[in-house]
Amino acid sequence: MAKIKLNINNKDFVLDADPQMPLLWAIRDLAGLKGTKYGCGVAQCGACVVHLNGEAVRSCVTKISRAEGQKVVTIEGLSQDNNHPVQKAWQEVDVPQCGYCHSGQIMSAAVLLREKPEPTDQDIDDAMAGNICRCGTYLRIRKAIHLASELQKTARKG
Amino acid sequence: MSFLKTKARSFFSKRTAAILSLMIFGVAVASSAFRESDQAMMREITFEKENKDSVESVKAFMDVYTVLMSPRCMNCHPAGDVPLQGDDSHLHAMGPKRGRDGKGVYAMKCTNCHQPTNTPGLHTPPGNPNWHLPPADMKMVFQGKTPHELAKQLVDKNQNGHKDTKQLLEHAHDSLVLAGWNPGEGRTLPPMSHKDFVKAWTTWIKKGAYAPAPTTN
Repeated sequence: MAKIKLNINNKDFVLDADPQMPLLWAIRDLAGLKGTKYGCGVAQCGACVVHLNGEAVRSCVTKISRAEGQKVVTIEGLSQDNNHPVQKAWQEVDVPQCGYCHSGQIMSAAVLLREKPEPTDQDIDDAMAGNICRCGTYLRIRKAIHLASELQKTARKG
Repeated sequence: MSFLKTKARSFFSKRTAAILSLMIFGVAVASSAFRESDQAMMREITFEKENKDSVESVKAFMDVYTVLMSPRCMNCHPAGDVPLQGDDSHLHAMGPKRGRDGKGVYAMKCTNCHQPTNTPGLHTPPGNPNWHLPPADMKMVFQGKTPHELAKQLVDKNQNGHKDTKQLLEHAHDSLVLAGWNPGEGRTLPPMSHKDFVKAWTTWIKKGAYAPAPTTN
């Protein structure tokens, strides 16, 4: 065990944990942020995606030693009032069915829109292919990402 | 004895002896400081003097080829823009794309899943701090290449990542190359040890880096 310093959603945490612990464990069980979900545990499904220095890492296989001193953002910290364009679009399109995978979906989509503000369908497929939805909401996900792109563009103009 | 003492005194005064000692010490220190570059120079000279031998070179390359075409090397040198996976070299699940720099795209970058070290468990993502494919402007494809094609490609600076002979020799010790011999659970190793691979690689290059005949399979 060691004292590990993590910055999650702009808040500093000092956690007493094994440096090999998956970041997902630390986020959920030690920091108490339950929005990020456990899916497969082997980086295959994308349910656990969080941002590590802005990149959409899979927290189930990311050790907390990699995240120490870095900037971690979870679904709870993506925006102040759930007003990130992707979150707004997700609500507007009513994307989730069971909802379990959607914090990971939204975190991945947010990276896509940052790097490609006006993505094509192919860009969306390329970016989101690692996020599995057992309910099969893929078409609504694509629709919501296009809407989020429009919302982001409008917000930047306004 | 008194004669010798008198001669010695007149030949080297104490001051001269001290200056001479300091000079010798200085030369010794300077020689020691430049020893490393001397050795490096010797290695270069040795390399230059090695006799070319097309038969030995080609023979060594055929060993090299078995390693480069093994899944541990070829899976990250695919003919397309999606990496390969597993001992059967199937397309990588999820279809991650190469991207411009070889490190993936958007939310699908290599290091989002591939950690600095192997993830524990069967068939979990193998790790390296610099996990990536070759970049889009120089794909360095291994998949589908004949021994002749691959050998020619490896020594062509416009297709090998701009590596000269020295850099090619060093590349055998690159951490991502070495990762092939530490692939994580559930993956076979290349067909020879890393030590034997380095030996074959070095022999191939130092004997002239000859390409096998185009008809060689």
